[in-house]
Amino acid sequence: MSAVIHPVLTVPALPARPPAPAINWRGAVLPLALLFAWWAVTALGWVDTRLIVPPANVLHTAVKTLQDPVFLQGVLFSLGRDLSGFAAGSAAGLALGLAMGTSRWADRALGPSFHTLRQVSLFAWLPLLSSWLGYGELSKLVFIALSTLYPVALGTFEGVRGVSRAHAEVARVYRFTRLQMLWRLILPAAAPQIATGLTLGLIYAWVATIGSEFLLANWGNGLGNVVIKARASFNVELIVFGMLAIGLVGTALNRIAIRIEARVLHWRAPSPSAF
Amino acid sequence: MTPPLQPGKAGSAVFTGLRRFAHAGVGLVLPALLYGLWLLAVERRWLPEQILPAPSLVWQSLQELWASGELQGHLLASASRVGWSLAVGGSAGLLLGLAMGLSRTLRDYLFPSFDVVSQFPVLGWIPLLIIFAGIDEALKISAISIAVTVPVAVNTLKGIGNIPPALFEVCRVYRFTPWQVVRRMVLPAAAPSLFNGLRQAVMQAWLTLVFVELLASSEGIGYLMVWGRQLAQLDLVIVGMVLIGAVGVALDLALRTLESWLVRWRPPAF
Repeated sequence: MSAVIHPVLTVPALPARPPAPAINWRGAVLPLALLFAWWAVTALGWVDTRLIVPPANVLHTAVKTLQDPVFLQGVLFSLGRDLSGFAAGSAAGLALGLAMGTSRWADRALGPSFHTLRQVSLFAWLPLLSSWLGYGELSKLVFIALSTLYPVALGTFEGVRGVSRAHAEVARVYRFTRLQMLWRLILPAAAPQIATGLTLGLIYAWVATIGSEFLLANWGNGLGNVVIKARASFNVELIVFGMLAIGLVGTALNRIAIRIEARVLHWRAPSPSAF
Repeated sequence: MTPPLQPGKAGSAVFTGLRRFAHAGVGLVLPALLYGLWLLAVERRWLPEQILPAPSLVWQSLQELWASGELQGHLLASASRVGWSLAVGGSAGLLLGLAMGLSRTLRDYLFPSFDVVSQFPVLGWIPLLIIFAGIDEALKISAISIAVTVPVAVNTLKGIGNIPPALFEVCRVYRFTPWQVVRRMVLPAAAPSLFNGLRQAVMQAWLTLVFVELLASSEGIGYLMVWGRQLAQLDLVIVGMVLIGAVGVALDLALRTLESWLVRWRPPAF
């Protein structure tokens, strides 16, 4: 269960194979070859070095940028934005998913609207949100929260719907109160799907953070703003470094989420199939 | 992205029709309330018209844009971008997935790099792509193609990984050529997973398309919205959103239909 992450990014379960040698050096061949080719074409002057910048320059820029407080501040702002939007969106998504999952009437009343609005491609909300809420922090936060809400609500809904009828009957026999029902039956049983939804939501939140910073580049500070401004000033080194930073932060967030998921769902790990 | 939700089981067959009707009606309450609120807000002028255009104005703009053919032009531009990217990125992803799935050697060489690159959000690539590809079609198609390649390759790989080894042995017994193995065993056996990849790819393509069009373009639905936003004509923005939503619903429906048609030969397990 711990390997369940964004479907797009899921590490595929490879077919069982004999215990591989500790480190497979073949995987390093391609990156090293590309790095060498990159270095070679720039060093030999085969390409326009303003477009394809030498790797050393990128490294130099990276070192310089990492010491720049404005850049670090941007990263912190982006992270703060990302996590606050994620917190708001996942709380709303959990509530919505629980409501639609536990009550048929809530599902009938909210479901059709939810599933229709979900089809509106996320970034299409941004022009409207920025008109209504301004170009400041608020519209970014609402946008990030909205991006988080869909996967979390869906995951929660499916998890709650998957709670077995037999368990619910046992809970009813024991006359669980509503709160007990929620804490002791529904949330534990739905935990894996909720966790999947949250992990997915975290990925979407980061995409939404960077995307909104790209699209509202002239307002506020953030990693996305830094990168898109580097494009305007044709600073290719900074673009390459910014791209790596965006990817690394995203990957790190994802890894942390998987760690937390594995830790929290630890008790479920050796679940022998009941049937 | 996620398996389609099943509608609730509607109990006894007698009142099914009536109940379904009532249930669908309940689903309309919320949209109707919101629409009422919208009308009321416009009528009472709670918000300036530039921020909240009247529904009639949105409808009028939609009709005008449609009648002038402008809307179809934008839709066509967006659709052709998605189409090309699905073709380019889809074939690249399929080839990559097949190569990594069927050859241990290629997997050893390619998978670690692929794994790292696929975790990077596509949006991060876009500023770099703008430097190389400019802001024209090449940018859109390359960005959307990357967004498509990743889910297709991942799901192809996953689908192949789930094929029971026995099937490969049967192929060996029958002395299938590699092409026959792929065509007659691997592709059908991995079909559900491949389809999953296609579904994710279409959704990612649509997401990325709207983003790229909002960022830099001179036609397409996203451009229509940016333009409306700049002119403070929010009716155009809302028209764009409605269109994007409608295309999203249509894509979802088309994918479901295609899925049930594609896997029709598979007898259901339950």
